[in-house]
Amino acid sequence: MENEIIFKKEIAPGVKTIKVRAPLIAKKTKSGQFVILRVSEDGERVPLTLIDWDPEEGTITLIFKEVGASTRELGRLEVGDIIHDLVGPLGKPSKIALYGKVCIIGRGVAIAAAYERAKKLKEVGNNITTIISARTSKFLIYKEEFKKLSDRFYIVTDDGSEGIKGYASDILKKLLELNERFDLVYAVGAATLMRNISDITRPYKIKTIVSLNSLMVDGTGMCGCCRVTINGKPKFVCIDGPDFDAHLVDFEEFKARIHMYDEEEKTALKIMREI
Amino acid sequence: MQILDIRLKRVPMSELSIEERLKTFNEVALGYSEEQALAEASRCLQCENPLCIEMCPLHIDIKNFIKLIRKGAYEEADEKIREKNCLPSICGRVCPQEKLCVMGCKNTIGDPINIGGLERFIADWNLEKGMKIPDISQFTGKSIAIVGSGPAGLSAATELAKMGHHIVIFEALHEAGGVLIYGIPEFRLPKKIVKQEIEYIRKIGVEIKTNIIIGKTLTIDDLFDEGFDAIFLGTGAGLPKLLGIPGEDLCGVYSLNEFLIRINLMNAYTFPYKSKTPIKVRGKVAILGARGMDAARCALRLGAEEVSIFYQKKIVGRIDDIRRGIEEGVKLQSSTKPMRLIGNEKRWVKQVELIRLKQVVDSRTGKPKLIQEESSRIFYNAETVIVATEHIPNTIATTNTSRNIRISNKQKTIIVNPETLEASNGIFAGGDVVSGAATVIKAIEAGKKAAKSINKYLMNKH
Repeated sequence: MENEIIFKKEIAPGVKTIKVRAPLIAKKTKSGQFVILRVSEDGERVPLTLIDWDPEEGTITLIFKEVGASTRELGRLEVGDIIHDLVGPLGKPSKIALYGKVCIIGRGVAIAAAYERAKKLKEVGNNITTIISARTSKFLIYKEEFKKLSDRFYIVTDDGSEGIKGYASDILKKLLELNERFDLVYAVGAATLMRNISDITRPYKIKTIVSLNSLMVDGTGMCGCCRVTINGKPKFVCIDGPDFDAHLVDFEEFKARIHMYDEEEKTALKIMREI
Repeated sequence: MQILDIRLKRVPMSELSIEERLKTFNEVALGYSEEQALAEASRCLQCENPLCIEMCPLHIDIKNFIKLIRKGAYEEADEKIREKNCLPSICGRVCPQEKLCVMGCKNTIGDPINIGGLERFIADWNLEKGMKIPDISQFTGKSIAIVGSGPAGLSAATELAKMGHHIVIFEALHEAGGVLIYGIPEFRLPKKIVKQEIEYIRKIGVEIKTNIIIGKTLTIDDLFDEGFDAIFLGTGAGLPKLLGIPGEDLCGVYSLNEFLIRINLMNAYTFPYKSKTPIKVRGKVAILGARGMDAARCALRLGAEEVSIFYQKKIVGRIDDIRRGIEEGVKLQSSTKPMRLIGNEKRWVKQVELIRLKQVVDSRTGKPKLIQEESSRIFYNAETVIVATEHIPNTIATTNTSRNIRISNKQKTIIVNPETLEASNGIFAGGDVVSGAATVIKAIEAGKKAAKSINKYLMNKH
């Protein structure tokens, strides 16, 4: 059945991967695109990055971290359950081309999205340096896959429980100071990480792309909830992105806007726990 | 004397008390009872040349449906309306009748007839009772894909299905109805009504597929490859236009569409116990633009301290709804123009700066025009701001296709042959996507017109 979950696995604490039957979406998806889903009749429209898709099998793979009420609700669905609404693929595909030397940076649950892009960039012949980071060791995902794919591979944790202690931006900074040069840096993860990476590559004039995870409602350009200022002009992440030139993004605005509903998020979670 | 009195005065329609309105999103206008409808219908003069029919974009046979009401023939009255209008209980509620049919009412000695009220009474009565399925022509073997399930799409679908074609509507959102669902609030048009009307359209054989974005999930080329013989694009005008003034990126600033989508489509007014989609209305609310009455009334129901609509010339809307909004407490500030939005240190909006406009006579043209009064600035302490300017069409449906569909540069509307509404070979378009944002009834009219020319196109093609 369409929208049916056919595989589910917890790959890190609170981080789940699901494979869903969605033949139309699987047929059309390109790297960097996303879907919007609703878990139930009264559910929020939740955007999630497409991590993998198989047009032949007619399936898509999504990865999410249970943070708010909606992702927790999604996490409760089991194999055989149907996702109430699922629509996509949305957003502009990432530009997959031969750049030369590419540095891919991912953090936390977004490591999965970084892996999807890395795989595609590798396929077309790029040399891939990977930096994956997380708060602590248990949140590092896709380690083996990245190890296999990368020409160079770094693991960083905030607490030093695995790999190097520190932040992804520290590693990139050091590499650049050691005269390492990249033709493209691609970063996906928390807003702070993307801003820090952008700040580091700017003086070196290295082309840097970030994938923005703005709040969205419809995802088709109707509401403008996801708007972000790019080079002084308002753009909609859902139709103009999610990939943008990092050096043109107003990160302060982006950070403020993604936290607009933090209070309500907490309320929803509290009520969910009570029920 | 009493008889004359009845003739002169329109039978008033009951409404929720203002107090009750502000507590809920329940429908404000309660509709006519049978007794009230009969009394109102009895006021119709049954003119020889009924101008009301001419003034209705769909030319509904108003004179005769009112005559049928008088006879108590409610089913026949409904059939009479549905000959011309597939969404009568919706139009009865949302049409600006005062600018259409009612303007043509020649009951000059008294109030004009409440045609919308009567249309609504008949349509509701029959929807509630359950209607019989109209005669449908023999299956023609032709299939038509309709893109968008708003009024234009629903109207084209209904007409074409009755002609015997196979119809599939593709809707991008998770619920069918387009602007009727995401744009018009529950207190003006209950979703139950929209669902009932759509259910009826399903019953006449129209299939509706939600969660499919034409241009993304499937393309126009895919639709032809799948065997559709023609396509109708009724994708509406769903893209917001921002003002382009400083501060629109601040938190607490909504486009009209985002505000209404959260409330109407996502039911954010039932957050957090039912809906999981939040909305934030705090302090005073400034609505910037003449199209903001629905949003203003929503904001009051969500507990706004005060709601002001700032606009230049004329507020957009039906007269009854503007009146109700003012009764509920919406403040109108005409001849104003927003200059910038001012935020606090956390990037939340805290104030709007506006400038007053003054009407002067243009010395060259002799016509009145608005000029800015530089000395007259207004600072309004708003913690929620809604930008309610015009909307433009969303052109996603026409992307990723090999077909040549022309889009106007400025208005982003689809360019069609005005006679046939054909945009490209086998592709037709109508409603807001062609005209720019207009009314529900105009979209229904366009859907009907497109249906006629699609039928002609298909029947000439073998």
